[in-house]
Formats: sequence, structure tokens, C-alpha cells
Amino acid sequence: MTATVPANARSSLASFYDSVIGKKVVMAVTGLILFGFVVVHMLGNLQIYLGPQAINRYAELLRVSPGLLWGARLVLLGAVGLHILTALQLAKRKMDARPQGYQKYTPTTSSYASRTMLWSGPILAAFIVYHLLHLTVGSVHGDFREMQVYHNVVSGFRVIPVSIAYIVAMAALGIHMHHGVWSLFQSLGVAHPRYTPLLKKFAAAAAVVVVAGNISIPVSVMLGILK
Amino acid sequence: MKLTLHVWRQRSSQDSGRMVRYELADVNPDMSFLEMLDVLNEQLLSKGEEPVAFDHDCREGICGSCGFVINGVAHGPQRGTTVCQLHMRHYHDGDELYLEPWRAAAFPVVKDLVVDRGALDRIIAAGGFISVQTGAAPDGNAIPVPKGNADMAMDAAQCIGCGACVAACPNASASLFTAAKVSHLNLLPQGQPEKADRVLKMVVQANEELFGSCTNIGECTSVCPKGIPLEMIARMNRDYLSAALVRR
Repeated sequence: MTATVPANARSSLASFYDSVIGKKVVMAVTGLILFGFVVVHMLGNLQIYLGPQAINRYAELLRVSPGLLWGARLVLLGAVGLHILTALQLAKRKMDARPQGYQKYTPTTSSYASRTMLWSGPILAAFIVYHLLHLTVGSVHGDFREMQVYHNVVSGFRVIPVSIAYIVAMAALGIHMHHGVWSLFQSLGVAHPRYTPLLKKFAAAAAVVVVAGNISIPVSVMLGILK
Repeated sequence: MKLTLHVWRQRSSQDSGRMVRYELADVNPDMSFLEMLDVLNEQLLSKGEEPVAFDHDCREGICGSCGFVINGVAHGPQRGTTVCQLHMRHYHDGDELYLEPWRAAAFPVVKDLVVDRGALDRIIAAGGFISVQTGAAPDGNAIPVPKGNADMAMDAAQCIGCGACVAACPNASASLFTAAKVSHLNLLPQGQPEKADRVLKMVVQANEELFGSCTNIGECTSVCPKGIPLEMIARMNRDYLSAALVRR
């Protein structure tokens, strides 16, 4: 008997993506890209504490080359798109896999974050659309001035409901990252009794740092520290 | 002790099924859970009613036949045991218990608490074997196995295929089962020739049986009577990745 790939296991990318493991790998890789983005984005945001000139210059720096800017945007858009598309397919799979649920279901060990990825995810998707319209395009911002980042952020966050929406969205981001940032390693096949507990701690710490860093900005505006 | 049971009753795979309430007086705390159901069934039979169907065989926690969901937890509240090894002393007078069959599209209900777990057998048939020369018995220890690998393969081989991992998983995924069966053989020298084929075929079969995907939440490991670790799933993912993407 020769060991050959069976007809139903085509070694193509299509059959890889067909399998639930392949889809989880797509979730993990796109998730890793988005994780890297939120960390860098948070670090960039914190420059607001250095004053209007620093953050406005940073915004100009990001736009120094249209090719680079749109290249990065396309990578991020692709990652978000694939992440959402694959999540929808996996969600459908989940519903198909258990058409009749339990009358009583009691979680024994799973974290709140891990069970609510399908809730925190859509909240983040809605937030991304709003955030882009609010502080990148400016169409839902009452007093938007092109390339005046400091002004746009401070005047934007003076509107209390807007600040609250950002804070709620960041809480969802923290919950999503708390599970996603370590779970992606497991999906990619990286697990070890020595390192997985460290990865879980790293995910929790990264979630707290990113969320705290981002939330500090609307809070600082509302408290009048940034004006 | 007195118990109130809500048991899933379903005459056949065609029947839609419903929860039925039973009162049980004088439950002996030394009984196992299945013995308690035996008592219920005797009472039902004496009244001329249909007894509750449930799977069981060895009743010592090693065959993988028994299992259902008790108050939302597969195999009940005691960790590391099948339902036959759960004893009524863990319950109190007046407790209400909800008994439901494993729920998954891949596990159609046959009757009451009995489901068809043939899907797991088909995953095994797809690649859960090794090809060996028949004939004279080989020398013992002719093939050296590193101690660490032997231990991990034994950990994986403990899986009795009860299906609790699927039942407890919010995605109805058979990842822990498939991972245990893949890793058990892929860790050993005897499993190497078919290593890549095995993981591809078994993962594809699990896919075709309509099991869900793994979200790494750990409910499976928690209810597993044999404590198969979540790490086995990462190991399967690793083998699958290299088989699907790197293999020539």
C-alpha cells in the first residue's frame, strides 16, 4: 500500500481552507496581524500626550508615501475582511454542528472572553467603521479639520456619548484580545505546558495595556487633562 | 434521598422528543448514577412504561459506552470520570437533575439518552491505524521509543471515545478526540510512515461528519474522563499544517 493523499484530501489551498483547522489558521494569522496593528496604533495614539505638534507630525509621517500608506491599509483591510469572512463561516459551521441545543448548559472552565468572541467581534467591526468615519474620514465628526489630529481627537472626545462609545468598544477589544492573543498560537500548533501559561499571561497583559493606553485618551479629554 | 429527574425521552430518531419529569424516592447514596437509573427503569417497567434507554457496558469507567449530560455538564459534576463512576453521594436530598443526550449534528439521537457515535468510528477508520508486517511477533524493544514520546502517546491513547468532548464543546467539535487519536500514533515510530496521510484523512473525515471547529476554550479537556490535554489539539494542528502545506 502506498501512502497517497486521498481524493477527498486535495493538498491544495482550497481544501486547506475548507477544513476547520485551515480556517482557524486563517483566523490566527489575520488575528496576529491585527494584534500587531492595535499595539502600534496604541503606541502612536499615546503621542497625543506630547502635544499637538508631536501627534500632528506623526500623522504627516504616516502619510509621507501614498504607496506605503495604501499598502499598509490594504494589508489591514485584507486581514479584517478575511478575519470577518472566516468568522462568519465558522459561526455558520457552529450552528450546523449543533442544530438542537441543550436545555441546560453549564460551562465548567472556559473564560467569559472565550465564549463571547462572536459578540466582542461584531462590536469591534461596528466600532472600526464608526472610528474610521469619525477620526479618519471625519464625516460623523462635528468639527473635523483635515490633518489636525490633536484638535480632532480632543474636540471629538468632548462629546460624552462619543467617548463612552469608544470606551465600551475598547472593553470589547480587551475581552477579544484576552482570548484571541493566546488562542491564535494554539490554532497555529504552538502549545507547550511550559510556554502556554506564559502566553495566556502575555495575552491578558497585552489586552490590559492596549485597552488602558487607548481609554486613557478619552478619559483625559473628559477630565480636561488634554485640551 | 429524594430526587427530581428531568429526562430527555425520544422514542426514535424520527420522534421529536421532550423532557419528562420523574420523582424518585429513596435513592441510596452508595448507588452509581447508572444504578439510580436502573432503579428508575424498574419502577417504570412495573408501571408498564417504557424504560429510559442509555448506553452502558463495563460500568467501571474504561469502555467509553456511557455518557450523557447532567445539569449541563457532560458526565456530570465529577472531573475525570465517566457517568458510571459518578455516585449519588455527590447529590443532596431534593436535587433536580436534567439528563440530556450528547447534542451534535454528527451524533443523531437513537433513543432517549442514546446517540449514534458512528462518526467517531469513521474518523478512526480514516486513519487511526498503522500498517504492520504480519507473521512472527517482532522482538520487544526492537524499535526504540523516547520516554517522553511514549508517555505522551500513552496520555493520548487513554481516550475511550465516549464523545463527551463533542458534547461539552459549544462548537460541537471533535477536535480533542481526533487530536488524541492522531497524536497517539503520530508520536510513535510505528506511526511515522502514515503520519501525514493520517492527519489529513482524519481531519477531513471529522469535517465531513459535520463536527465544528475548535475555539480553544477548554470545555472538552475539562469534562474528558481521561483528562486528554488541550495541547493535543495544537499538536494535531501542527501535524495538519505541515502535512497540508509543507508535504511534497
